[in-house]
Amino acid sequence: MERVPILKIGGVLLVSIQIDLQDQSVLALQEDLAEKISTTGAHGVVIDISAVEIVDSFIGRMFATIASISQLFDADTVVVGMRPAVAITLVELGLTLGGVRTALDLERGMKILRVLGEQRRGPSSDEDADPLRALL
Amino acid sequence: MPITEDGDVVRVRQLARNYAQQVALSLVDQTKLVTATSELARNTLIYGGGGVAHIEIVADGRRRGVRASFRDEGPGIPDVSLALADGWSSGKGLGLGLSGARRLVDEFDLDTEVGRGTSVTVVKWKR
Ligand SMILES: Nc1ncnc2c1ncn2[C@@H]1O[C@H](COP(=O)(O)OP(=O)(O)O)[C@@H](O)[C@H]1O
Ligand SMILES: [Mg+2]
Repeated sequence: MERVPILKIGGVLLVSIQIDLQDQSVLALQEDLAEKISTTGAHGVVIDISAVEIVDSFIGRMFATIASISQLFDADTVVVGMRPAVAITLVELGLTLGGVRTALDLERGMKILRVLGEQRRGPSSDEDADPLRALL
Repeated sequence: MPITEDGDVVRVRQLARNYAQQVALSLVDQTKLVTATSELARNTLIYGGGGVAHIEIVADGRRRGVRASFRDEGPGIPDVSLALADGWSSGKGLGLGLSGARRLVDEFDLDTEVGRGTSVTVVKWKR
């Protein structure tokens, strides 16, 4: 079973899904993320699905589950980069992803997390100020 | 191909994608077909206790498409209309696999008998 790596960038955990996930890998990722959020105290999680070709009900449920878990640790989750064909298919499948925040791309996702983090905790530390900068 | 473990569901998706590209389905239709096969293959594995998938290219006059069928010799489905209802799951699922797959394809055929097993066949035609 392949495991999806979790990167820490400032106060944000970045998960970029680059493989065709089997169900066990999905469950492992949920567990790994819960662990990482609790040990790092991250205030946000970004799940980048720009390389993901299909989202079925199992993978879709993972987004909702991760969003719920992160809330328990006072962190926000944003799913970024959904392909148009995936979005159309999800709607027809009947999956609304109601409780899951989404953004067009990584940059916007990071911005949303920064704003949400500031709303919750007041202006963030220097390290958090622009997590994207650490990427570039 | 057999469906006996998690990785087989991924292989079914890849095979379906491959055939969908061969008949030149649009990207959206490819995505719909692959998503439907993923749901059905998982059901074969989880509820059917494993089984087989058969994916092939079909032709109807000048029209081409991809047919995917899934067969198991599991417990069968006692109440088909319930199983096909959005949001109903006998397990821990979201209950969107069967109902959602049906919406995503052009033809959907479910044949099941309690104690005997379940077979689901879907077709997506090139438009
Ligand atoms: N191959 C199968 N064999 C037996 N029961 C099945 C099979 N496929 C589906 N079912 C039944 O139909 C229900 C609905 O299936 P589905 O819509 O995929 O939802 P989920 O997988 O989330 O439970 C399942 O919970 C199960 O009870
Ligand atoms: Mg299912």
